[in-house]
Amino acid sequence: MAATTEGTHQFRVIGTRPIRHDGVEKVTGAARYGADYSFPGMLYGRVLRSPHAHANIKSIKTDKALKLAGVKAVVTGADLPELPDRIEQGGELPINLHHLSCNILARGKAMYDGHAIAAVAATSPHIAEEALRLIEVEYEVLPPVMTVEDAMAPGAPILLSSLRNKEDGPDKQTNVAAHIQFKRGDVKEGFAKADYVIERSFKSAMVHQGYIEPHNAVGIYNSDGHATIYCSTQGTFVVRSLSAAVLGIPEGKIRVVPAEIGGGFGGKTTIYLEPLSVLLSQKTGHPVKLTMNRAEVLRATGPTSGGTIRCKMGATKDGKIVAAEAWMAYEAGGFPGSPVPMAAMCILAPYDIPNILVDAYDVVVNRPKTAAYRAPGATNAAFASETIVNELAEKCGIDQCDFRLMNGAHEGTPQTAGPPYKRIGMKETVEAIKNSAHYKSKLTGKNRGRGMATGFWFNIGFQSSAMVNIHNDGTASVVTGSVDIGGSRASMAIITAEVLGLDVNDVRPLVADTDSIGYTDVTGGSRTTVATGLAVYEAAQDAVRQLKERAAKLWEKKPEEVEFNNGVLSSKNNGVKPMSIKELVPRLGRTGGPITGRATVNARAVGPAFASTCVDVEVDPETGKVTILRATCAQDAGKAVHPSYVEGQMQGGTVQGIGWALNEEYFYDAKGVLRNSGLLDYRMPTCLDLPMIETVIVEVPAPGHPIGSRGVGEVSIVPPPAAVANAIANAVGVRMTELPMSPGRVLKAILHKEGAAVASAAAD
Amino acid sequence: MDHKTVVEATINGERTEFLCEPRQSLLEVLRDVLGMTGSKEGCLTGDCGACSVIIDGRAVCSCLMLGVEAEGHKIETVEGLAQGSKLHPLQQKFLENASLQCGICTPGFLMSAKALLDHNPHPSEAEIRYALAGNLCRCTGYDKIVHAVLEASKSGASKAA
Amino acid sequence: MHAINYEAPKTLKDAVALLAQHGEKGRPLCGGTDLIIQLRAGVRRPEFVVDVKKIPDLLKISYDAKKGLRLGAAVPAIEVCENKELQRHYPGLVEAAHLIGSNQIQTRASVGGNLCNGSPAADTTPALIALGARARVIGSKGEREVKVEEFCTAPGRTVLAPGELLVEILIDAPKPHSADAYLRFIPRNEMDIAVVGVGSWLHLDGDKVSAARISLGAVAATPLFAAKASESLAGKKLDDATIDRACKLAIELSSPIDDMRGTAEFRRHLVGVLTKRTLHIAAERARKA
Repeated sequence: MAATTEGTHQFRVIGTRPIRHDGVEKVTGAARYGADYSFPGMLYGRVLRSPHAHANIKSIKTDKALKLAGVKAVVTGADLPELPDRIEQGGELPINLHHLSCNILARGKAMYDGHAIAAVAATSPHIAEEALRLIEVEYEVLPPVMTVEDAMAPGAPILLSSLRNKEDGPDKQTNVAAHIQFKRGDVKEGFAKADYVIERSFKSAMVHQGYIEPHNAVGIYNSDGHATIYCSTQGTFVVRSLSAAVLGIPEGKIRVVPAEIGGGFGGKTTIYLEPLSVLLSQKTGHPVKLTMNRAEVLRATGPTSGGTIRCKMGATKDGKIVAAEAWMAYEAGGFPGSPVPMAAMCILAPYDIPNILVDAYDVVVNRPKTAAYRAPGATNAAFASETIVNELAEKCGIDQCDFRLMNGAHEGTPQTAGPPYKRIGMKETVEAIKNSAHYKSKLTGKNRGRGMATGFWFNIGFQSSAMVNIHNDGTASVVTGSVDIGGSRASMAIITAEVLGLDVNDVRPLVADTDSIGYTDVTGGSRTTVATGLAVYEAAQDAVRQLKERAAKLWEKKPEEVEFNNGVLSSKNNGVKPMSIKELVPRLGRTGGPITGRATVNARAVGPAFASTCVDVEVDPETGKVTILRATCAQDAGKAVHPSYVEGQMQGGTVQGIGWALNEEYFYDAKGVLRNSGLLDYRMPTCLDLPMIETVIVEVPAPGHPIGSRGVGEVSIVPPPAAVANAIANAVGVRMTELPMSPGRVLKAILHKEGAAVASAAAD
Repeated sequence: MDHKTVVEATINGERTEFLCEPRQSLLEVLRDVLGMTGSKEGCLTGDCGACSVIIDGRAVCSCLMLGVEAEGHKIETVEGLAQGSKLHPLQQKFLENASLQCGICTPGFLMSAKALLDHNPHPSEAEIRYALAGNLCRCTGYDKIVHAVLEASKSGASKAA
Repeated sequence: MHAINYEAPKTLKDAVALLAQHGEKGRPLCGGTDLIIQLRAGVRRPEFVVDVKKIPDLLKISYDAKKGLRLGAAVPAIEVCENKELQRHYPGLVEAAHLIGSNQIQTRASVGGNLCNGSPAADTTPALIALGARARVIGSKGEREVKVEEFCTAPGRTVLAPGELLVEILIDAPKPHSADAYLRFIPRNEMDIAVVGVGSWLHLDGDKVSAARISLGAVAATPLFAAKASESLAGKKLDDATIDRACKLAIELSSPIDDMRGTAEFRRHLVGVLTKRTLHIAAERARKA
């Protein structure tokens, strides 16, 4: 690992690599994930799901299921209140509560294969499963609409009768939930100046986050109207507010307890089972545990959109991109809300281009309602634009890194939505690749190629709360509401230790339930270390302020006369003996009581992130199979708080991007039924498919953040599909325009090219 | 039909008797009957390895074995990996190398890695990747896991077992 | 999962009696790596599951230089992989056993179970077909031998009548200058089901082929013995033209479908590629054998 550091701030604990505080529990099996919770008298729930992609539900008969010994309750959509058709802020993306509720349990219509129809609680999971077979549902099967093209075609079957968009007005039924446009300059004039123009159409398949832990929830409803939910979620407060809305229970009567979470990547920022566990508990008077199996996770949670992107870019001979245009249509799933608005702002984000036009469409199709997935929407977008960038570089005869450096966005470059960037590290990540041992190495051997690509992600800030408690022995605990999905407890302890001058092992980090800490948004959007870290930093500063006040009281000085350095309180004016926190603690009682530092933040301006990734591949020209030989990710972390976990995010994102590039896809049959709803045929990379993943942490401090951190969780997933496509083009001379670049597709492209070569040789 | 059977097996060195239905998997028995929730459910089809345990010295997906089949066998689970409060070298190396992010796959990886090192104390990177191919991790990209197993093999993990 | 009864007979006689008694309601359980998944999915709903892993006859591997191999139906794949004699004499079969899932799966899954599951994409079945293996089957009415290429009758179906049990697989001792090879194509490097699998066995006489057997997996409703392709090699020098012709005949014999694992067109192409590659590997091995 090599890192470039700007700025002068020296840290004592930030940037070190302590063992995570929750580590021992996780390597001994003691850590409790949602499915690990059990309570006396607990029942087990299972969900009945639609076998049809698109169908009217004529009737649901539950009497036979209820008669099965051990079955305690069956619920359907009729048991949930009807909610208004309005947009609310959800976990990471806006959410329509009516649609959310219909997604929890269908009302009148099944919108996709796997859509929840009814739920059962029984004394064993096996009995609950058997009971599902006894629920009789009468469906009127409707034609499925599976692609954005089919959904947008004139005369397409209308999936949601009430759906309208602004452009077409209140009278026109449509499957297009939204059209968003971004414009700058004049693309017509821009393309007129271009010596080279490349235009291509790209397709990408729907893919899943693929977290290893299926969704789970244990609901306990008390007869006093309070409910507790234990679950694995990225956002306990989102579970609380959305479950309250869906159930019609006041938010304050629900407490959500964060279990450990077995991966999420954006997929656990909304609700599925949580309100059902409470509803079934309310019906039965018992705690109810619901878990999904893998097929349910794939069929009925929120994958990310596939779709179509047409992208056109023009450059002058000397390598300046002068105009770019993109048309993007993303699958929203059975209800509106794909990440296409964000994708539209990401597709051209790494570059300084004077003339741009982006049109983006959110399209309803008979697929599961999409949810966030690591830099939502940006990866498919970059697959299109970064492929074209490489082709333009080739046309201009300029190295792919140099071409990016010539056109890269920098401080002051206007973003797609208008406002200029503050200090960013786009070019620094490209430089890091250019200077890497990997990029400098010579790639030899037949059918081998190298490609690189750059990705952008906004990162979000949002709201967080934190408390820092000073203990009687001078150690501390730090309490936040941010679920720890990949080592953030360690980061919170590091920040606290940095501010308080403590050893990192003298700080215990805790994640509290929704009654024990102030509101905190989801662990998502790469926000935890940045925004919750900011709250922790300020809470620790608040504790320091109080420590100084107490010392001042003891020393009969003004608080501003007290200094605090590395855990030691002192005062320059007239010699008092410096005092450690440990020495001060016994005197807290008589100076005003215990110390708890507190802070809440709404971090608005956070530093966006860039990553550049270089990949070497070997292509088997007879089978089309692509092997990843080497991969290096360079990412701007602003300031890496715990470098090992920053590397981990970079490596994990890179590998998810490689999976997306090569083999992952939702495969629906003609009836709209998902054929690969298991991990055998939904092919995520195994360790045998990969080399070590090299990382270069770039540190361009984020302006306005006390530590300089930028979010690191997401952007590394963005470049790999384009980088792999560019490497394949370099290896065998074919341009792949569809994800995944599975062996069959690559082979077809190779044979097509060979066929064309044979044909042209024959013509000569 | 759903009568229960008494099964006797050795779990983490202890002779253990449990009562289960024939349709309950070993994973279900460990988690729901015996309260040993360290072994995780990820897929129930043998594709993710989160439920891996060691039976008579070899790694097995406990989701693809019935509890009743355990009769007379020796079972090792992640709960038995540490010796008292002393972590197994694999556990220690996983912590030192930041080999876990969410941690849900970790127990399965540890058991597969232990089965490997018990048979082959000094595996190559390729042998490690082959032996761990039945365990999916979605967080780490495997890099730090493979490093941890390599380091554990150098520190004599197999002898500690 | 629906409620089941579990029985674990310790002798072949008891197993046969139990299976005869249960008929359609019974199903033998070996490694469980297919059956337990099918029970959970509700694809098979037997009332009685008869565990055959406690029957000594089903757990033996015996190799004799004259009589060849007797491979008990319940021997786990991992023991096949680790057996030095099998590695030497039937490398293609060992390759195929190595491809059955992960280490965790190989600990439980058996070659016999792979065959009885009746999947057209089973890895070890084409390897057995290439070796001309026979299946020894026992039922309440006696026992019989079935050629492995005739064992599977449709996806998930075999010649086994209700109550019948596969006891062991019989393979002749390898002749000098003969060898087998098996390759499958999958998108990842592990854990996938074959898009196409091809087994080849060659017996060489100098630079000529005296006999050959090519088998195909995942390109028809059952694993296939590619008779015409195999016969086309007999008596020929193994040059590019001969191999090309065998590949074309193998492709002609296959009738694959489009599915999530690959298109029919892709599969036909792969039959050619893998036939060529396995013939080269088998030839190289045969020259040294």
